[in-house]
This record gives sequence, structure tokens and C-alpha cells, in this order.
Amino acid sequence: MARPVKILLAGEGGQGVQAVAEILAEAAYEKGREALYIPNFGIEQRGGVSLAFVQVGDEPIGPPRFETADLAVALSDRAVVRSRPYVGPETTFIYDSSIQANNLPQGVARLVAVPAIEVSTKELHPRVFNVLILGAVIGLTGVITVEEAKEAIERRLGHRFEKDPALRDLNYRAVERGAELVRGLI
Amino acid sequence: MPAKPKPVEGEKKVFMTGNEVVAWAAAAAGADCMYGYPITPQNEVMHYWTRLAPRFGRIFLQTEDELAAGFAVLGGVLAGRKCFTATAGPGNTLMQEPLSMAEMMRLPAVVVIQQRGGPSTGTVVYSQQEVMLTSFGGNGEGLRVVYSTSSHQDLYDYTIKAFNTAWRYRFPTFVLGDGYQGKMREPLVMYDPEVRGIELIPAEPFVGRPGTPGVDRPPAHLRNAYSIEEELYDVVTELVRQYEQVAPEIVEYEAFGVDGAVVVAVAHGVVFRAVKGVVRELRQQGAPVGYFRPITLRPFPVDELRRVAASGARVLVVESAYGQLARLVKEALSGLATEVQGIFKPGVLVGQEEIATRIKTLVQGG
Amino acid sequence: MQLQPAMPRSWRPETKPHKFCPGCGHGIVLRVLGEAIDDLGIQDRVVFGCDIGCSLLAWDFFNVDTVQTHHGRTTPVMVGMKRANPELIVVAYMGDGGGYAIGTQHLVNAATRNDRITVILVNNTQYGMTGGQMAPTTLPGQKTETTPYGRDPELTGYPMQGPEMVASITREGTYVARGTVARPRQLKEFVKRALQNQMAGRGFSFVEALSTCPTNWRTNAEDTWKFLEKEMTKYFRVGEVKVPQELAREKGEREDG
Repeated sequence: MARPVKILLAGEGGQGVQAVAEILAEAAYEKGREALYIPNFGIEQRGGVSLAFVQVGDEPIGPPRFETADLAVALSDRAVVRSRPYVGPETTFIYDSSIQANNLPQGVARLVAVPAIEVSTKELHPRVFNVLILGAVIGLTGVITVEEAKEAIERRLGHRFEKDPALRDLNYRAVERGAELVRGLI
Repeated sequence: MPAKPKPVEGEKKVFMTGNEVVAWAAAAAGADCMYGYPITPQNEVMHYWTRLAPRFGRIFLQTEDELAAGFAVLGGVLAGRKCFTATAGPGNTLMQEPLSMAEMMRLPAVVVIQQRGGPSTGTVVYSQQEVMLTSFGGNGEGLRVVYSTSSHQDLYDYTIKAFNTAWRYRFPTFVLGDGYQGKMREPLVMYDPEVRGIELIPAEPFVGRPGTPGVDRPPAHLRNAYSIEEELYDVVTELVRQYEQVAPEIVEYEAFGVDGAVVVAVAHGVVFRAVKGVVRELRQQGAPVGYFRPITLRPFPVDELRRVAASGARVLVVESAYGQLARLVKEALSGLATEVQGIFKPGVLVGQEEIATRIKTLVQGG
Repeated sequence: MQLQPAMPRSWRPETKPHKFCPGCGHGIVLRVLGEAIDDLGIQDRVVFGCDIGCSLLAWDFFNVDTVQTHHGRTTPVMVGMKRANPELIVVAYMGDGGGYAIGTQHLVNAATRNDRITVILVNNTQYGMTGGQMAPTTLPGQKTETTPYGRDPELTGYPMQGPEMVASITREGTYVARGTVARPRQLKEFVKRALQNQMAGRGFSFVEALSTCPTNWRTNAEDTWKFLEKEMTKYFRVGEVKVPQELAREKGEREDG
């Protein structure tokens, strides 16, 4: 029985973690795969760390939350701490390279620093930081292709792109760049 | 009501949150009114309903609290409309007041419960701790129908079925989900019930039928209060008799691998998803294990579970509560020598690793 | 020859004599309501909801569709019913406990929403069915089962002024009045106007009826009427409190207490 890919995204509120998770899950679904996405949503979520659990597979997904992620993405110091319960010996752990390295989980399969904040600020725009992360996640897991991600973004934000086509280019470039950043790390 | 477009035409595959599913299913089932009050994690049911209601000629009122929501649903039902509400946790506690009136007066109210952690305010997130409350709340005998869903397809199918069950059998009917189901997104197929050959039971008014009461027809005099003990005894025993008479038609469950099983895991709702995956994998590896999923918690599939247990299997109840499902299981199995053990995790989803380890231990006789 | 008093057509003869106590004001309020229903010709459209208290005894009183509800919850049941079928003329009938204690939340919100329902609240300054406990309308110094030494306003405040409260939180289109079983003709006028206000779809209508309970007041006939007419009126002013302009114009002049 093929197990689904389990992806955990963790970040500060406002970093766009939930948007990434939703686009990813929906794109996988549109591609005909089984997908399940759930955010965390406790009372302290406002002002706390935002977590998203995404699962993509070929068979209907089991429980909506998992114990161990195949891929965990942490976008802030607090997010690193908050995501630790979900990592294990098989987990690939991605973190933004700006995060202090003294809190990182031990005993994971791979620790990958991605200069997401730096690249999106210097080369693109801070607002597409989370789209760049989306690109990195796709690059590492292959659950959808970059093209499929662009289609999903188009579906979600197409109406805004009509008014501002430059925004489309920015988003598309961010996905591509994110995938580029992790190429060769698979 | 004037003819309006159907909310769901034909069949279509969609990807949405459980709360949105509930709103569409209720609309597809022909619900006319939702009366509700905000409480997490079911608020989006109202958000989606209020957006689709004007397009399809349905109505909504946000009431001053859950008591008013529940009683307003009863008023709407009395007027002959399919009405429903949704609530959770402390709201479910308040809802018991109107629901006991519904039990006594056989009013077909439909209520969706998205369980959250309890008791008291608890968490706004998830649990399976409202099993007792939903099944036996209020000051009555639990004459209710409770469907426990474990997927968005279930939420859609059973929300539609809830209206039919309520209006056919005239007992308050519940769809018991939880916050995870409400907030997660997964695929399902929405459909126009007609396209699937599902007949929608029509609603009928209890009051305000044509004709002058006392002249053209008898007046409807609907009561829930009695003066004499013996009168109440007659009323309640008759209610129970009618409930027990239709229970076999209503009971639903799902079972796998129970023949010759040494261990049978019993679970409902999203916990069942975890159990299902574990049992199927262990079974593939040759372990003599099975699962039993009650879909109706009320009426509980007693006979069916007893048949499974009679073979001598050990039963493991897995739930996100401290023994609420186990209580129903033990009552169902009373008199049998079945050993019932539990994994009880109030307010948290039970992990598959833990379930697998425990089942294997039980199989080995531990 | 035995002369029977004339009974409203909308009353149900089979359930008479009714079960209310001798000297209870409910009989008068319900007669007034019955006559109003007859005059307005709405017997086939009225749905009568009663609370749990002495009002529950009215469950089979009328040849009108009736539903007994829960204590304090008659208002939301009738709100839900009216919104589901606006053709019905719904009456929510309750006592001062059901309306001003457990049910105040619903009264205030139905009024604020301008729900097109008619609430008739019978005020006899205590909880009758349960044996005479203090109510929000109990007068200062009045002895009840839970104020055996007399209601102390220092501890429990002053009697609730329901119609005045409803009038102050509602807008043009609402009808609010306080009548008394001591003046049944006037009370009938108020009840009729309240029902007409609903029939015209104008807004929320509320009539409080000062009433008697010699059983729990433990008063004889003379003292019962004295309490109703002399004591209760010190705290509860009889008269219309709020009349929609259209309704006032229709009638030409207003009746005052």
C-alpha cells in the first residue's frame, strides 16, 4: 500500500504558510491525485505559529494529521521549535537560512537551508516569499510539477493578475526560483 | 416557495472544507432554513449557507444563542419546513434543551455537531467527546438518530440522509462530525440526490394546515407537559416502542476482517480513518485482525457488534475521548465474555503507530 | 334555564371549564385574546404558543393550532415559525418569569430584530405554577416564597418595566402596551392592535397584561382586586407605550390608562 507524502509547513502568521498548503493540495487534487490539507486552528493561533499539514497520495488519505512528516518546512525560529514533534529519522527538514542554527532538530534524514527570505527580498519581492517556498517543496517532493503549480496559482489569483500582469510574472518566477534552489539536493 | 435553481446539478467532484460540504448538502437536501449561532469550529457552515441561501431561496437567522437557534428550528419544523442548525461543545450543551422538546414531540430537527475539546470551553479544535451528549443529552431517553461521519463524502451523504431520516421517522437527527472534518479540505463528489435515485422525503406542517381549527378540522394541540405520572409512562413507553421498531431500518455500520479475528478494533469518525489504515496493513501482513465502525451511534448496531464479538475476539476501542464510545460498546456487549480494552485520548487524534503497536500486543496475547 | 356566558368562537368548548385557579387573570386575558381573534377573523391563521408556567394550561384552550414550548423559549419558537411561514399569525404567550427572567434574552433580541410576532405577557408579580416565588416583577416589600420577609430592593432591585424596556430598544413600527384584567375592554383593544400590527407586517408587538393570582398572593377577592388596581399600578403604568404612526392614525385617538 503506497503511503502518501506527508508535508508539514510551519511559519509565523503572515508568512503565507496556509496559502502555500492550500495551493499545493488543490493543485495535486486537480491533477487527479488524492490530497488532504488541514491547518492548525487553536485559540492561540492568532500571534502563534501557523502549521499546515498536507498529504498527497494515490489512495484516499487516512487521518488528517500525521505523526511524522516526510518533509518539514520551518520558516522562523519559533516554527523550528513548533515543528520538532513532527520530525523523525526519515524526515527532510528545510529551514530558511536566516534562522539561527542552534535549535535545529537532530537525527533527521537531511537538513536543508534555503535562502528563501534572502532570495525573495533581493531578487523578487517579499510578498512572494511563500510562493518561493512552494517551489522548493515541489522541487523536493515532486508531488506536482512547476507547471501545475503555476496553473494552481493562476486559478487562485488570476483575477488579480488581470489588473497587474507583472504580479503573474513575479509569482511564476518565484515558483521556478524555489525549485531551482533545491535542485540537486534530492 | 417559488421554484429556484437547484444548488447541485448532476454530479461533480469538488475539493473543499467539511463545513462548506455541510452547507451544500443541506441545500441539496431541500433545507429551507438554517438558524444558527457562532461557535468554533462550525462557523463556516453559516458563512457558506448565508452566501448560497439567497441564490436558492433559502433563509437564515443568526439567533441570540444556541437555545434560540434550537427552538427556532423547532418553530420552523412545526411550520412545515426543513430546518437545521449546527453547533459544537458548549453550544451542544445548550442545544439539549430544545432537543429534548424535539424528542418528546417527535419534531424532525436536524443538527450538525462539529465536536471540539471539552468539557467546558475546552479547545475549539477537535475531539470525540460529545458522543454521550449527542446520543443521550437532555432529560429523556435518547430517542435520537446520530450519524458519525469520517470523511467529506460521508458528511455530504449523511447530511442529506439526516433530513430524510428525520422527516421519515420523526426523531431529532444528528450528523456528528468534528473540528478536523470541518476545517480540512479533501475531495468528494457532490450530487443532486435525484440523480442518484434518492427520494427526498417532503416536509409537512404540524400547525397552520388548511381549514379553520374546530370547524373544518381538529385543532393541532401539541404538548410536552403531563400532569399524571401514569400518563407520562404511557407516552414515553410508546415513544420508545416506536423508536425501537424503526431502529433496525436506521442502523448502519461497517466491518472488515472480523471473521476469525483475534482482535477487532472499534472506532468512529476520523479515528476510524487511522484504524482502517492500520488494520488493513496488518491484515496484509497476515495478522488476524479486523475493524468495526459504527456509523449510527444511535441506534447503536448492537446485534451486529455482538455477532462479531461472539466469536471470541478481543475488542480494542480507540477514541478521542475518555471512554464514551467504549461505554456504548460495553453496553452493547453486556452479557458476553468479551474483553474490551481502550486507547482513550481525549481531544487528540490517535496516532497510527500507537494503534498498530497496541493491536500487535493484543494479538500476541499481551 | 341556565345561561352560559358567551364564549369566543375561537375557544374550544370541550376543554371548558378551564383548569386555571378561581380568580386567575389568565381566564380574562384568554377571553380577550379569543374575542380579538374572532373580531379579526384570523382563527384559521393564528398559531398560539404557550410557555411553561401557568400558561401551559392553555395548550388545549383554543380551537386554534397550539404548541406548548419550554420555559422562556416560546419567543424563539414563534420567531422560527413565523420566518418559516410568514402567512401565520403567531402569538407567544407567557408569564412574567418566562418573559422577564429566563426569556428576556429572547424578548430583547426578537424586539430588536423587529420580528413580526405578537408577545402577550401575563404579569402577576410572581411565579405561579411553581408555588409563588419572586419574579422580576415582584413589588418591593411583597412577600413571596423566596422573599418571605418582603422583596428588598437593596438586594434584588426594583420591578422590571418590560414594555418600557421594549419601547426604548425598538423603532417606529413596534406596538407596545400594558393593559390590565381590571379593564378587559381596554386590554382587548390593545391585543387587537398588537395583532393588527403583525397582520400589517409592520413590526414587533408586545402587550403586558397585569393579572391576578389569589392562590399565591393568598388574598381574598377584595384584596386581590385592591392589589391589582391600587398596588401594582404604582409600579406598572397602564396604557399604550408605543404606537406605530399608521396604527395611531387609523384609530384617530389613543386610549390611555
